[in-house]
Amino acid sequence: MTPPSSIASVIPKGGNLRIRRVWNSVMLVLLVLGSIVVVSPLIAVLGAVLVNGLATINWAFLTQEFRPVTEGGGGVWHAIVGTLLMNLLALLIGGLLGFAGGVLLSEYPDHPINPYLRTISDLLNGLPALLKGLVIYAIIVLPTGMFSGYAGALALAIILTPIVLRATEGVLQLVPWSVREAGLALGLPRWRVIISLVIPAATAGVVTGLMLGFARAAGEAAPLYFTAGGSQFLNFNLGQQTESLALTIFKYANEPSVLRQEQAWGAALILTIMVLIASLLARWATRKYN
Amino acid sequence: MNEQKPYSVSLPTGQSETKLTLAEGLRPRMETRGLSVYYGKKMGVRNVSMPIYANTVTALIGPSGCGKTTFLRALNRMHDLTPIARIEGEALLDGQNIYAPGVDAVEIRRKIGMVFQKPNPFPTLTIYDNVAAGLKLMGVRRRDVLDEAVERSLTQAVLWDEVKDRLRAPGMSLSGGQQQRLCIARALTVQPEVLLMDEPTSALDPISTQSIEDLLTELKKHVTIAIVTHNMQQAGRVSDFTGYFLLGDLIEFGPTNQLFTNPKDAHTEAYITGRFG
Ligand SMILES: Nc1ncnc2c1ncn2[C@@H]1O[C@H](COP(=O)(O)OP(=O)(O)OP(=O)(O)O)[C@@H](O)[C@H]1O
Ligand SMILES: [Mg+2]
Repeated sequence: MTPPSSIASVIPKGGNLRIRRVWNSVMLVLLVLGSIVVVSPLIAVLGAVLVNGLATINWAFLTQEFRPVTEGGGGVWHAIVGTLLMNLLALLIGGLLGFAGGVLLSEYPDHPINPYLRTISDLLNGLPALLKGLVIYAIIVLPTGMFSGYAGALALAIILTPIVLRATEGVLQLVPWSVREAGLALGLPRWRVIISLVIPAATAGVVTGLMLGFARAAGEAAPLYFTAGGSQFLNFNLGQQTESLALTIFKYANEPSVLRQEQAWGAALILTIMVLIASLLARWATRKYN
Repeated sequence: MNEQKPYSVSLPTGQSETKLTLAEGLRPRMETRGLSVYYGKKMGVRNVSMPIYANTVTALIGPSGCGKTTFLRALNRMHDLTPIARIEGEALLDGQNIYAPGVDAVEIRRKIGMVFQKPNPFPTLTIYDNVAAGLKLMGVRRRDVLDEAVERSLTQAVLWDEVKDRLRAPGMSLSGGQQQRLCIARALTVQPEVLLMDEPTSALDPISTQSIEDLLTELKKHVTIAIVTHNMQQAGRVSDFTGYFLLGDLIEFGPTNQLFTNPKDAHTEAYITGRFG
């Protein structure tokens, strides 16, 4: 075959424009269909929570503690308080640990402890939440002889840590190397460059990671069973047994009483809204970094 | 350091008197001895021995990929960050090997500033904070000091007039050439004693280029400068000494006017006259 005299002579006339247009439309339709398939279960779940939950939620449900079904069933105020306290403490502990680990993995890739850190983090991430609860049960609850909100918060912190760690490492890796180089070339020490130049450039992502961990931990019931222990009373002291919304949902949904089942939907909606508010707050707090 | 022999330059007969006195008063601010940089097994530069004289401008020229950036980054230990990079030989600052054990790279970089080949403003910082970053993060708090330093550096880097009304805008909102000047300003603010510049005018228009070249001539009263450039005219205009690199080797080094008018190496001559590279 002799080579063509010019590239232009071998490009089909019209450049296959008709076929490419049709192909474009086909792919577009497929994409839209795919999105619908993916999103619809999500909408179905949220819709069911919203519809069933709204029917239950009222002022009394939000502000009362537990009461027997014969006395109207009470509300979930004690569970809301317990959820907030335990999750905020878990966010503090797990957030700090995960963040520190993420910074270490990303910014000091040669550090000798990193392979262990990575393995432990992956292991934790893969371990069922139930087992994390059992670990805390074995090392905290058994020796102290009591369930407590602190034990629950620790179990949740173990769930949070690997999520935050991986998210932090990931977003720090997205900060271009040139930022670190520019900082070091100004004669700044490495820690200063990391704290003042690299981390600020990744703030939005780090906060998103914290929120992901928070949302995940807030939805966990199993590990709280043997740690926080659940409670029917309002208390602001994590040294005592503590209730959480996820526990309430799990317990009430399994009760024969229709009222309790409706209350489980209500608790589910409140939990959903709490996670939503938390992520909106986080968005708002980091708006200037986007 | 004064007993250190200046680089032996054989001046052609008839060379002007001034050049001779310059050569005699020369003191190497930096000097490399058998410096090699490897990226894994791959060689970046090989066995380079070359002085960088105090208060002069030294130009590094040579075809793309010949190791100019690699050499420059070895002079302020920038390769420390590249895990695969390996250094052999010595790089001296005032006679002391910056790669000797116990030498703090941070101290070295505080004295030896760098302007990178690609503009790299801090993405989250404003124009003002980009320029002030070095001082601020070293702990300078006084507003008047910072304001004064920012204005001076931006003026030196001929960017002040373009940005003085929008110092609070993000550094990233500037054009490519403006970002390049922003990075020059940022490097100037911390007043380095040695300044390494990697093609600092590659994205600039002729007027800005001229201004930056004037700046170099002004700066060298206090600062020692090494500049990588692909522009032969620029090397001829601003530099006192020139090193020509080819495939990782320093082929020729000497006073710029000598290297340009009377190169000893055939490769150098071919490159300078534009027949190669
Ligand atoms: N990080 C790196 N990893 C591996 N090889 C590298 C790295 N940086 C540079 N090199 C190689 O080292 C050699 C010298 O590169 P260098 O960047 O120093 O060239 P240069 O003279 O600055 O070129 P240019 O004029 O195009 O900027 C090249 O072959 C390049 O591919
Ligand atoms: Mg280069």
